[in-house]
This record gives sequence, C-alpha cells and structure tokens, in this order.
Amino acid sequence: MKKRNISKNVKDNIITYGIVIVAYIVIQILISAGSLSSLMQGLLVPLCVYVILAVSLNLTVGILGELSLGHAGFMCVGAFTGAFFSRCMENVITIDLIRFILALIIGAVCAGVIGFLIGMPVLRLRGDYLAIVTLAFGEIIKNIVNVLYIGKDSRGFHFSMKDSISLGLETDGDVIINGAQGITGTPKDSNFTIGVILILITLFIVLNLIHSRDGRAIMSIRDNLIAAESIGINITKYKLMAFSISAALAGVAGVLYSHNLNSLMATPKNFGYNMSIMILVFVVLGGIGNIRGSIIAAVVLTLLPELLRGLSNYRMLIYAIVLIVMMLFNWSPKLIELRKRFSVKCLIGRSKEVQ
Amino acid sequence: MSFISYLINGISLGSVYAIIALGYTMVYGIAKMLNFAHGDVIMVGGFTIFFAVSMQGLPPALGILLAVILCTLLGITIEYIAYRPLRQAASSLAVLITAIGVSYLLQNLALLIFGANTKAFTSVVTIPAIKLADEQIIISGETIVTIISCIVIMIGLTLFVNKTKAGQAMLAVSEDKGAAQLMGINVNATISLTFAIGSALAAIAGMLLCSAYPSLTPYTGSMPGIKAFVAAVFGGIGSIPGALIGGIVLGIIEILSKAYISSQMADAIVFMVLIIVLLVKPTGILGKKIQEKV
Amino acid sequence: MKKFKKVMSLTLVAAMTMALLAGCGGSAETAAEGETSESEAVETSVAGEGFKIGAIGPSTGGAAVYGLAVKNGAELAIKEINAAGGINGYQIEYNFQDDECDNEKSVNAYNTLKDWGMQMLVGTTTSGCCIAVAAESANDNMFQITPSGSSVDCIKGNDNVYQVCFTDPNQGIATAQYIGENAVASKVAVIYDSSDVYSSGIYEKFAAEAANQSFEIVSAEAFTADNKTDFSVQLQKAKDAGAELVFLPIYYTEASLILTQANSMGYTPKFFGCDGLDGILNVENFDASLAEGVMLLTPFAADAQDDATKSFVSAYEAAYGETPNQFAADAYDAVYIIKAAVEKSGVTPADSVSDICDKMKAAMAEISVDGLTGEAMSWDEDGAVNKAPKAMQIINGNYSLIQ
Repeated sequence: MKKRNISKNVKDNIITYGIVIVAYIVIQILISAGSLSSLMQGLLVPLCVYVILAVSLNLTVGILGELSLGHAGFMCVGAFTGAFFSRCMENVITIDLIRFILALIIGAVCAGVIGFLIGMPVLRLRGDYLAIVTLAFGEIIKNIVNVLYIGKDSRGFHFSMKDSISLGLETDGDVIINGAQGITGTPKDSNFTIGVILILITLFIVLNLIHSRDGRAIMSIRDNLIAAESIGINITKYKLMAFSISAALAGVAGVLYSHNLNSLMATPKNFGYNMSIMILVFVVLGGIGNIRGSIIAAVVLTLLPELLRGLSNYRMLIYAIVLIVMMLFNWSPKLIELRKRFSVKCLIGRSKEVQ
Repeated sequence: MSFISYLINGISLGSVYAIIALGYTMVYGIAKMLNFAHGDVIMVGGFTIFFAVSMQGLPPALGILLAVILCTLLGITIEYIAYRPLRQAASSLAVLITAIGVSYLLQNLALLIFGANTKAFTSVVTIPAIKLADEQIIISGETIVTIISCIVIMIGLTLFVNKTKAGQAMLAVSEDKGAAQLMGINVNATISLTFAIGSALAAIAGMLLCSAYPSLTPYTGSMPGIKAFVAAVFGGIGSIPGALIGGIVLGIIEILSKAYISSQMADAIVFMVLIIVLLVKPTGILGKKIQEKV
Repeated sequence: MKKFKKVMSLTLVAAMTMALLAGCGGSAETAAEGETSESEAVETSVAGEGFKIGAIGPSTGGAAVYGLAVKNGAELAIKEINAAGGINGYQIEYNFQDDECDNEKSVNAYNTLKDWGMQMLVGTTTSGCCIAVAAESANDNMFQITPSGSSVDCIKGNDNVYQVCFTDPNQGIATAQYIGENAVASKVAVIYDSSDVYSSGIYEKFAAEAANQSFEIVSAEAFTADNKTDFSVQLQKAKDAGAELVFLPIYYTEASLILTQANSMGYTPKFFGCDGLDGILNVENFDASLAEGVMLLTPFAADAQDDATKSFVSAYEAAYGETPNQFAADAYDAVYIIKAAVEKSGVTPADSVSDICDKMKAAMAEISVDGLTGEAMSWDEDGAVNKAPKAMQIINGNYSLIQ
C-alpha cells in the first residue's frame, strides 16, 4: 500500500516537471521558428517569476496552512539585494552567469533571513491576524526600501535614509539605490532558460519537502495544530522552516524580476499588498496546496490581461469579471456538483470559455 | 501648542478611519469574511453624492439618501452574486479572492463611467470650524460631524445588535451558522442584512471621507479601506467599539509619527505599532480571546 | 474524484497550450483588433503605406489621468495631421497601449506595439516606465520621444530617446533660481512625494541649488503614494517654521488637496509649483479661488491666449469633453515633433525601424519646433529639450504670464 502511494507521488511529480519541460521545449522551438511574438518573448521571464512566486506562496498557504499577505515584501528584498549586488559587481565580475548566480544566492539568503526573522514572532498569530501582520510587514519593507539611499564612491559605501544629498558623495560617486527612484541600470541577466531552471529547482525543493518527513509534519500542523503538538511535533520549528523557505524562494523570484528590467522601483504596484494579493489569487485559483494548479493559474492570469489588450479600455474590467467567474466556477460547491455531472467533453468546452 | 493641533489632526484623520472600520468590522463579525471591496463601495457612495449634489444640484440630504440606497442595493447584490455561492466553499480564502475581483470590477467600472480625472468634492458639512487659542487650534466642522456620527453609529449598532431580533439573529449567525439555522434563523437573509447595513455605512463613510479630504478618483476608497481594515484589526476585529478606538488610535499614531519621526516612514511606523500590539495582544485591543478546542 | 482532477488538469494544460499558441498566432490578431478599434478615430490609410506610431501610458490605475491625457493629446494631433494629408503624404496609424504605470507592464506594452509594427514611439508617460522601456527601445534602435518622462535616466545613455518636457534637474534648478533671483521669498518650505521619481528628482536638485541662492529651506516634508490624503502635518510644520512660500514639486491632484487643507487651517503662504501643477484649475468642481496667487513654472497653460493653444484647447474639449492638461499638450507636441523630424529626414514608412531611427536622430539635431509647450524647441545630443520655462501666476482664476 505504502509503495503504491510513493510511486503515485513520483508519477505525480514527474507530470509536474514534465509540463514545465515540455512547455520550455515547445517555446524554444517556437522561438527558433520565429513564430513567437515579441510580446510573448518579453513575457517569458515574468511568467517564470510569477510561477516561482505562486509555487513558493503555496508552500505557506497550501502546505503550512497560514495566510500570508506579505509575499511581495520578500520578493522586494530579493529583488533589491540581488540588483544591488549586480550593480556593485558589474565591473568586478564580468562573467554574467556567475554574477547572476551569486546575485540569486544573495537574494535568496537575504529574503530567507528576513522571512525567518519576521516569522519568529509573527507565526504565533493565527488566521486573519497573521494575514494582516504579514501584510503590514510587506508594506514596511516596501516603505523602508523607498527611503533607502546607498551610494558608492572612492571612499566606500555611503548610506542614508533621508535623501541622496545627505550621502555626501565625492564627485565620482554613484548613487546605487536612490530612494524611490530605486536601482537603475541593473544588467539584464535574466533569461527564459535560467527562469525555467529556477522553476525546476523551486519545484524540486517544494515537492521534495512536501513528500518528506518534515513535509508531513508541516501538513499535520495545517490539519490540526493541537493534535500535531500533542504528538510531539515542534510547531515553531516546522512553521519557521516552511515560512523561510517560502520567503527565500520569493527572493529568488525577486532577483529574476529585477534582472529583467532596467529600472527597479518599489511601487505599490509591484511590491505592495496588491502584488501579494495577486500571488494569493494564483494560489487560490490554482487550488490551495496544488502545486501544479499554481503554475497553471499563474501563467493563465499573467497572460490574460496581455491577451485582452485588444479590448483597450475594457481590458481590466473584463479581467475582473473573468476572475470572479473563474473563482465561482472553481470553488462554488454547487457548481462543483454540477460540473461533476458533466462529461469530459463539456469540460473541455468550458475551460476554453474560461481561457 | 503644535502638539495639540497635531493631536486634533490625528483625531480627525482617525475618525474617518473609524467610520470606515465600523463597516468592515460589522461585516467581518457576522459573515467572517474580509470584504476587500468595502473601500470601493465607499468610493461609489462618494461618486453618487458628487454626481447628485455637485452635478445635478440636488440638496445634500437627498444626495446622501440616494447614496445610502444605492450602496445598500450594491452591497446586497455583490453579496448575492459573488459571495453567497462561495459561502460553503472548501476554503474561506475563495471568497476573499472574489472580494478582490469585485474590488477591481468596481474600480474599473468607475474609471469607465466617471473617467480618471480627479473631482473636487464639495463638502456637504456646513458646520463652521471651532477656533481655539487665538486661531492656533482649529477643529474643522467635518471632524466634529465625523466624530459625532461615529459615536451615534456605534451606539446605534450596539443597540441594534443587542436589543433587536434581527440583531440577535446576527449574533447567532456569527457564533454558529449551522446551529442558527436549526433555531429557525434565516441565515441567508441575516447575512444579506449585514451587508446591507455595512454598505449603508460605507455610503456615509464615503460622504465623510470625501468631505474631509475633498478629492475623488476611482481609487479613492482603496487605501483608506486598507487602513481602516488595519484599524479594525487593531481594535479587535468584530468588536464595534473596538473599531472606533482602533481608528482613532491609528489616526493619532499616523499623524504624530509624521510630525515627530519621519513623514516618509509614517506608514511603516503605523504598521510597526500594529504588529507590536498584535504580538502582545493577539486579538487586538478589544478582541475576545477564543479558546480553541481539539 | 481523482480521475476528475486528472481530466481537469489535462484540459487545463490543453487550454494553456492553446493560450500560448493563441498568444503567438493571436498577437497579430490582437494587434489587428487594436487597429480596427482605432480606425474609427483615425482614418486608415492604404495598407503598408502609413507610419505606425505607438504610444504608451497608464490608462487604468491611479495614474490613469496622465496616461489618458497623453493618449488623447497624441490622437488629436494625429487626426489633424491625417486630415491635412499626413506627413509627406503618408497617413499615420496610431495605437495606444496601457501600462498601468508599472515598469514590467510597460515593457509588455512596448512589445505589443512592436508586434503591431510600430515604427516610432510616443512614450512612455511616466518616468519609471520610461527608463525601463528606453532600455528596450535602445536595443531595437527604435525612435522614442517621451512627452512627460522627465527623469534624466530616461535619456541618459540612450541616444534614441528624446524628451518634450524638461528634465527634473532643470526644473528644480530653474525654480530655485527664479525664487532666488526674483526674491520671491526668504523662507521656503517644500512638500514633495518621496515615492515618486518626478517629485523627488525635482526636490533634490531644488535643495542643492537653494544652497547657492538667497533663500533658505526651512522645512522639507515628504509624503508617499500610500499616504496622500492628509497633509495637515506637512502644512503645520511649514507654518511653524514660518515659511512664506511653499514649493510643491508635485502633481495637481495632491496639490488641490494641499491648497484646500491649508485654507481650512488658515495658512496662507505663497505657493509655487512645477509643470505638474498645471491642470489644477481644471479639477472638476475645484474652488479656483483657493489657487489664487499660485505661481508655477510651466511650459503650457490651457488658458494661454495664443492662437495655437486656443485652437488646441477647443479641439480637445470638443473631442474628449475635458480641458487638456500639460500631458496632453506634451503628447500633442511630441507628434508634431515627429512630423517635423520626418519631414526633415525624409524617411518613408518603407524604411526599417532602425534606419528611421538613425535618420530621425540626425534630423532631431537640426530641427527647431514651435509647439504648445515651447517656442523654438531644439534638442541636444542627449535628447534633452532646450526651451524656456514660463513663470505663470494664477490671477482671477486664470493663468497669466509674469514678466
């Protein structure tokens, strides 16, 4: 019985990896055939970013069972530390790939450490209270990044939280993080191949964690905290483990994000609670705890507003309506009941509609 | 002297948060859902009054009445279409996401209907400001009206919930939906009523928000909505007096940190205080502690 | 149930692949849709015989007011040019894409326009997005002129990018010099948006230049995008510091609130603004008497009495039902600048994007354009514009030139 279970898991995982790899190959073929539009090519790296974010948040929301609304904050930490490193080392490490890998590691570690530090006090809270506190932390991170000024000149690094004048840079100085103006001129090191490799690594980490002893402990906390505690599971340890891994992965996504754009700023749009909620939408729409679902939902919802561009002004309106309809379709108990009664044919027809 | 005027500014900002938080906490307490679209219902209320009073020249009282009716209908409709089908869903997160969808929908509808240009709202409050200490301290008419309406609404809601049959039904539904249904309470109707009241409050909050800060865009409601949500959590979400206290305290902290620490970091400081309060008292200032059973 | 899930996920994968394929094949389609929707507004020309000009800006989200102004301003200019026979006989096709004021979405919008076949870009509207898009357009060597992306980083290192508006440092320095040289005030307070590139950029240069001038900055307070309704603290501090003049390097949306709140607390300093303040009189239902006496350095005023401005304003009002602001005027000028450069360089729509850009770059160095936002505008090699700002004051609810 146990053996069958395991092999089922393995099979399941292989399907998930398979989807990613097949998608990658298909897209590479399309690119080399020249039939992929610039829009789609430009969207490839962001898609990877959102997929990683969705998978990593699913670890917190789906596996650990805690609602976090501050995921964009960790992404922000990763993005800024990674981009800061690359900007500083641009002339020191000239091999792009090595510099980028180091940036990824730094971004992941910083985000993970911040996640750990935040998780320690915060994970004592439950439910909506935890949600609001993570939201608050996300906003704090964004707010601090917005008043951060770091410059470099011949005398070393200068740091200020007021404005770039008070950095007191020499004339050869270079303001690297310029408050709200963020980091400009990050080398464009991200590409689709690295993005897909990072997705695979993320999947590897998350899927292995889920099916490991630790993962089962984490899920037992989700299912019943008191029961888990009573059988001797170290609640704090496992909660922190899941939370900081999730934060570190969000940091990786952040580094990928920041190395795809020339100018990085912490606006309410990209690192505020709006983004955190957007990632949560991916997770919930894809199915809480369902990793594959997260990937698909992230891709569909990122593509949707772009594919709706032809509708010009009505674009975001339609997007909102589609979001509501998709949620009702996926989650309403009555509709689920209804759906079960229909045959596969109907399903295909319907999912096309959704698309 | 400037400290006192900062304090008064804090109270007037806080009273706006409080009145929004009342609606939030009401809906949360009964329906147990974070209604992210609440801020946007406020915006709809603001636009209705703007349209009725400033554009059509109707008397303010009529405009407010119109806004209350419209928002109430809107609240009931939203609940019926977007939230009710998901009430029995496997995860309570599902309805949270639809609420976000509704929020986007309202914002973009307003954008298409009213355009993106900022509209200057004419205050519907006609009470003159109180000037003290040689005009050093000024309490605006809007602040007075907001605080008075906050208190009136708070008392009214408390009486309603505790003394009327419908209010008791709400309490029962918030405790246990299944048991309430067994006792013959119409759960759907009760929750609809909650949304109706919450949205009517949103219309009033919209009027006061726009009177105090007279600029109106399709996104007017979203940030105050989030802040008020924070205020509601601060005071203990679900608690009606908690919303008032939470709102006022939040407003004062925000203004004082702007004044004495850093105007750029005010939000970070507010959120920091919130986190500290929640760590010390995990259910907010007036929240009830719920013992969890296995 | 398991089977159902499997089926469901398979269908979703199928749907996904379809979406992808639809995305590749369909992007041309979407573009085509865009064209048809625009074609009502813009007279379509014979296929392949017109210039394709794209524009980018936020038409949804909190900054939509600026993006929509750019969209309409450019559209108006293109309609006029097409009605008058086009540029060198070539009609213009126009396509505007929304970027929600997000850097990433802006690059998406740029790529969408590229798929559509864009040859020249009017955009982007906001500085942050402009920097991100400029990096892409520099790669493609696409001619880009931004109506209102005023940060220096928009043009720095990208020789294909030009500005219609002043750069932020220019505005900050010019304002400080104006206040100092004309001895407008000796104690100055600043209220700026620290989360906005435009505003913090101007503030920094203003503060740096103020050190050389005869006035003193007594209070400099910021606000952020998340906290822009209550300005009582910032005003109180300015008042307590005894500032005679409050400098507002911000957009008119927030400025209208500041003026209202200053009035209700009985504080009546002089107010001084930048080009972002233009438009304050047109805030619907705004009590214009509050803005009485406000001074601003701006290249454009909708109430100016010259013929060009008058005809632009009346045409804009007729077409879109609102008074144009500076963003609309900048975008309108941007299109006419493109026209001038095309006429000078003699490029044709048949040329490749890169050829057009190279020829246009050469032409931009030579031309001088009289527009709504400046007379005899010319461009240096960086792409920054040379034009004189006008100091305006609001008197009796109208802008009037201070000399």
